[in-house]
Amino acid sequence: MESAAALRRTPLYESHLAAGAKLVPFAGWEMPVQYSNGVIAEHRAVRSACGVFDVSHMGEIETEGPSALELLQRLLSNDVAKIEPGGAQYSLLCRDDGGVLDDLFTYRLADDRYLTVTNAANHERDLAWFSDRAEGFDCRVRDRLDAYAMLAVQGPEARAIVLGLTDGELPPRMHTATRVVNGAEALVCGTGYTGEDGVELLVAPDAAPALWKALLAAGATPAGLAARDTLRTEVCFHLYGNDLSVDRNPIEAGLGWCCKEGTGFIGSEAVAEARARGTAEKLAPFVLTERGIPRPGNEVVLQGERVGTVTSGTHSPSLGRGIGMAYVRADLAAPHTEVEIDVRGKPRAGRIESKPLYDPARTDTD
Amino acid sequence: MADETYPDDLKYHPEHDWARIEGSEATFGITWYAQDALGEVVFYEPPEIGATVSKDSPYAEVESVKAVSDVYAPLSGEVVAVNEALTDNPEQINEDPYGDGWLVRVKLADASEAEALLDVAAYRELLAGD
Repeated sequence: MESAAALRRTPLYESHLAAGAKLVPFAGWEMPVQYSNGVIAEHRAVRSACGVFDVSHMGEIETEGPSALELLQRLLSNDVAKIEPGGAQYSLLCRDDGGVLDDLFTYRLADDRYLTVTNAANHERDLAWFSDRAEGFDCRVRDRLDAYAMLAVQGPEARAIVLGLTDGELPPRMHTATRVVNGAEALVCGTGYTGEDGVELLVAPDAAPALWKALLAAGATPAGLAARDTLRTEVCFHLYGNDLSVDRNPIEAGLGWCCKEGTGFIGSEAVAEARARGTAEKLAPFVLTERGIPRPGNEVVLQGERVGTVTSGTHSPSLGRGIGMAYVRADLAAPHTEVEIDVRGKPRAGRIESKPLYDPARTDTD
Repeated sequence: MADETYPDDLKYHPEHDWARIEGSEATFGITWYAQDALGEVVFYEPPEIGATVSKDSPYAEVESVKAVSDVYAPLSGEVVAVNEALTDNPEQINEDPYGDGWLVRVKLADASEAEALLDVAAYRELLAGD
């Protein structure tokens, strides 16, 4: 176990203890993996009502100045020029060889001011990558990790709950706006990692405990990292370190849609080549058609031959079965391919599916 | 979930398993501490009836959303019954770890092995030291 002394705590540490959290080391932080009612109840709360996650461990990098757009266009895989003020965009940070350094949301706060949210484990590397490449650009790159606590409020009732604490309209999906939420200024973002509607709130660290308390009082259920993982896996959102790494390029990860090679971003030539030539493997979602739970590192097997590796695997509370994502031989990545997952020596029957494995919108109308 | 309890009439294994010894047979399960550390059990696959289990060796796995945990045999013997209800309702392991959450019933190979197991006081002492 990582030494507790070395772990960072978010401004909500005491709030987590009060809510009965089980805390675990995660990317250098001491984070709630679940609360007293358990991961299944938390997962269901997000799918049916509203959950709130402390994601203050995620980092923020602000890029500001006349050349901010130019720098970000060079660093990020998507077409950053398409982000209007108050807009949001998903993109990748790539190396020259196309290897993925991180996956990121970028918000345009003002004409020449952008905020990029990083994964906790990658924040320092991302920050160095941004800073090292900012030389010669007329803009400033700033670490804003300590400036924000971040709460993700997710689920069909999330917007109503946040709206009740807010002085104005909430921004629509993939947009952002500054509002007063529970008496404190907040950057409200129409984004999330669960497949549900909802918002993410960035606030000053000292405002976070009162906001957390108000959200719980308004009906939000505290939810931890374990539920965050089952929720994102059901909707096939990538997890950096599992489904993305410097050894994988965006095309094999199925993220070609957020790469606009015409912008000339770092790695664009490698991505263009992978797109044109195809890749040996592709990331594919799958379900188990028999009992069992696939886990990262399990091999995907077809007729006795190893044809891939599971990178995300868990039990789906919504579907009541094992699900996951695996890099498999590209010719097998199409939906309906029958495969086996070798779960610690036991072959379990599975089937490649299309994204998402669980569709909140479709199931609501069932 | 159940409240934290450790019944007096059980023998305990340091890997957080219990045995209820009744003559030449014993019922095995995991302790309250084990199920709490694991979280909600969402998958358990029983061993086959007739399988041999060896003291201090894993004989099954219990899985929560986040983790897989080996279940250790507190005593050696042959599996004579398994808790089939857990296949569809593995959460019984959390709800009633010493009752409906039992895992297997074993015909013991050597009843004297039980002397090496912990009584409830010794097991609680072990937990306090964790």
